[in-house]
Amino acid sequence: MTEQANQLVYAPPRHPWRFRLRAQHIPLLATFVVCLMLYTAACIYLRDRGFFSLSVFISFFSDNAFLGLTAIGMTFVILSGGIDLSVGSMIGFTSILIARLMNPEPFTLFHHTITLPVFHPLVAIGVALIAGSFLGLIQGVLIQFFELAPFLVTLAGMFFIHGLAQVISLSSIGIEHPLLDKLSDFAIPIGSASVRFPEIVFAVVALSAIYISRYTKFGRTIYAIGGNEQSAILMGLPVARTKVLIYALSGFCSALGGVIYALAKWSGQSEGGLGLELDTIAAVVIGGTLLTGGLGSILGTILGVLIVSIIQAAIIFQGTLSSSWARIMIGALLFVFIVLQKILSSRARS
Amino acid sequence: MNATNPILLQAMSVTKLFPGVVALDAVNFSARAGEVHALMGENGAGKSTLIKVLTGFYPRDGGQILLDGKEIRPKTPAHAQQLGISTVYQEVNLIPTLTVAENIYLGREPTFFGKIRWRRLNRLAEQAMSRLNLHIDVKRDLGSYSIAIQQMVAIARAVDVKAKLLILDEPTSSLDSGEVQQLFAIMRQLKSLGLGIIFVSHFLDQIYEISDRITVLRNGKLVGEYLTRELPRVELITKMMGRELATFETGLATSVASDSDLKPPILEAKRLGKRNAIEPFDLEVRQGEVLGLAGLLGSGRTETARLLFGIDRPDKGEIQIDGERARMISPADAIARGFGFCSEDRKAQGIIPDLTVRENVILALQASKGWLRFFSRRKQTELANHYIKALNIATRDADTPIKNLSGGNQQKVLLARWLALDPRFLILDEPTRGIDVGAKADIQKLILSLCQQGKAVMFISSELEEVVRCSNRVAVLRDRRKVRELTGAEINEHNIMATIARSDA
Repeated sequence: MTEQANQLVYAPPRHPWRFRLRAQHIPLLATFVVCLMLYTAACIYLRDRGFFSLSVFISFFSDNAFLGLTAIGMTFVILSGGIDLSVGSMIGFTSILIARLMNPEPFTLFHHTITLPVFHPLVAIGVALIAGSFLGLIQGVLIQFFELAPFLVTLAGMFFIHGLAQVISLSSIGIEHPLLDKLSDFAIPIGSASVRFPEIVFAVVALSAIYISRYTKFGRTIYAIGGNEQSAILMGLPVARTKVLIYALSGFCSALGGVIYALAKWSGQSEGGLGLELDTIAAVVIGGTLLTGGLGSILGTILGVLIVSIIQAAIIFQGTLSSSWARIMIGALLFVFIVLQKILSSRARS
Repeated sequence: MNATNPILLQAMSVTKLFPGVVALDAVNFSARAGEVHALMGENGAGKSTLIKVLTGFYPRDGGQILLDGKEIRPKTPAHAQQLGISTVYQEVNLIPTLTVAENIYLGREPTFFGKIRWRRLNRLAEQAMSRLNLHIDVKRDLGSYSIAIQQMVAIARAVDVKAKLLILDEPTSSLDSGEVQQLFAIMRQLKSLGLGIIFVSHFLDQIYEISDRITVLRNGKLVGEYLTRELPRVELITKMMGRELATFETGLATSVASDSDLKPPILEAKRLGKRNAIEPFDLEVRQGEVLGLAGLLGSGRTETARLLFGIDRPDKGEIQIDGERARMISPADAIARGFGFCSEDRKAQGIIPDLTVRENVILALQASKGWLRFFSRRKQTELANHYIKALNIATRDADTPIKNLSGGNQQKVLLARWLALDPRFLILDEPTRGIDVGAKADIQKLILSLCQQGKAVMFISSELEEVVRCSNRVAVLRDRRKVRELTGAEINEHNIMATIARSDA
């Protein structure tokens, strides 16, 4: 015991090479291996159906761009040791809000009939993003300053936001605008395939999120809070401010997911994205982020979303399996990953 | 070292009130540059409160604090840090999942237009650690290092904030003696650089080794400030306790009963062992006797206790209870047979912080009676009050949350929980760690009174003196093996240490 301790104190680092496998990298590595194996297996099994192609690969991101965006926000929340259950209903809410702002109907408030003007889609999107961030911020404030459990606050937020969406409209509202046509036609060709607007938004947000998590004080404070909140406070980090901002950020990301959802569906739907919070949490956990916070990465979450997409796409390509099999596989993977995390964290402690 | 050292921090008539308690009553305190100033007092004397007021954890209710002659009013620990007062606590308050380097610079990372410069940060961290003569890989996560190293990282962080005053709040509680020396070397180095250090510890030897000056608090009041070299130990203890030491020094040894061998054993372990925990051993526990377990940290003391209490399953040997072979596969079995186990880590495995003293006392008793059996509130309060009185527990009443009590008093509540079950064999694993002299004496007295009632006690402690004073028989462990059993006149510190130190056998 003493000998070992002394060695740790006096001996210079024994391993000269620079990139050593560290315990905290194992979950990410596991995610990467699983992702690669799934993709390879699907490509071999579905080689006759053209699964192995760039356009299919890009479609992984376009089909699930709203899931990916939401999962990035969720990663920050989970890294800090929290949870955000309101993200699913936020998608429905923002999509319906955008659609309604672009297609207003007269409504009565306190016996006055109010008619809003028709808003330009960019204005509608701006309003929706601000509303989403604001709703996230409010939840953050409740969690931080009233010391309430994130699970409960965001559960309430989930019902509240879903209700708001239903008040705006129970039925779906279509959207049309020349600008949206242009956005939809916009494509950057890459070889035989092309990258479109949802993928670009996802890529920009993902890169920014990686930067934020690795290279900013805000990002590192999130990790510190998740590692040990009490210590983070005693170390003089701006814990309160950061925690509130995390939920605002998650609100923003899921609102952006709602924007992409509305653009993809050409409509707003108050029921859109319902239950997506659980898929999001699954993607984050499969991505190697510890549910108790402190360990994990945005890159992992992107791989997690990719894994979910590969499973879904492979089952669609296969053709005869029902989509329930996607759920079964994701469920099984989740089991594997939470067991892996348990083993790793208990070994790190001993 | 002398009175000419300039005063760095001066607290004048600092007062702190808690509901119903005056935690600090117009206390004066000063820390000088280039000095180690020990803050001494029993549990509840106000040491922690004073430190928390100095570091901005609590606002003060009265008085003045001057730092370098200017009045300060720290609002948060972060604010106190900016002012130059840094604190390292007993529990390492860092982030185990981040690297050593990041832990040192978290919140103060070198940046370039808001972008953290990781290479520079790692290099700075290496320099900061080597200033403390520590050469470790700063890119590994903190959690992979021992507590001692983590504590030194905490010091490196504290010092690197350009601290003027460093407060070390019981930093040595979980360190072994080699690590303590390493820590002291760092403290001396910092002292020579002109830093003021406030040092809180329960270990008198350490206080006398490292401190220049001692301030004693008692019941929230200042007893006095003394130069360490002018204050004999006995006097220091007398000042801390406010009573004569004699009351607990004598009266203990007399009870060492010599006829305990005649009493039948309650429990016998025969070649009991578990791989990677403790080598097979024989052990007898007899009625009316205190069996001491002595050995260094990690020698297998706790492991032995866990086997006897059914927490871990032995893979060799057997246990006989009252002469019959017994299978103990869970603590519930042990409790059903009238055993009790007061664990070492009272924070993690013992107390439930938000429950009241009453509820914490009643817990095990309720469990043993079954959760459906109703236990009247009046009876609960009676029982709790009985133990508050009998064990001298300092609490406002039975319905105070246990987290509001000091460590020693929490320990007593934990003891009360087991005593309420009226066990015939009680295992006490480090019951006196981190608690003050008075509470220690109370617990030692309790152990002896249990024996007089014919109960058996297994007493585990790192303080040899305590083991010697309380035990009728001492089993000495070394490197996960029981190496010797001492009885009667053989029991003294010299014999135990010689046994532990011997390298053969």
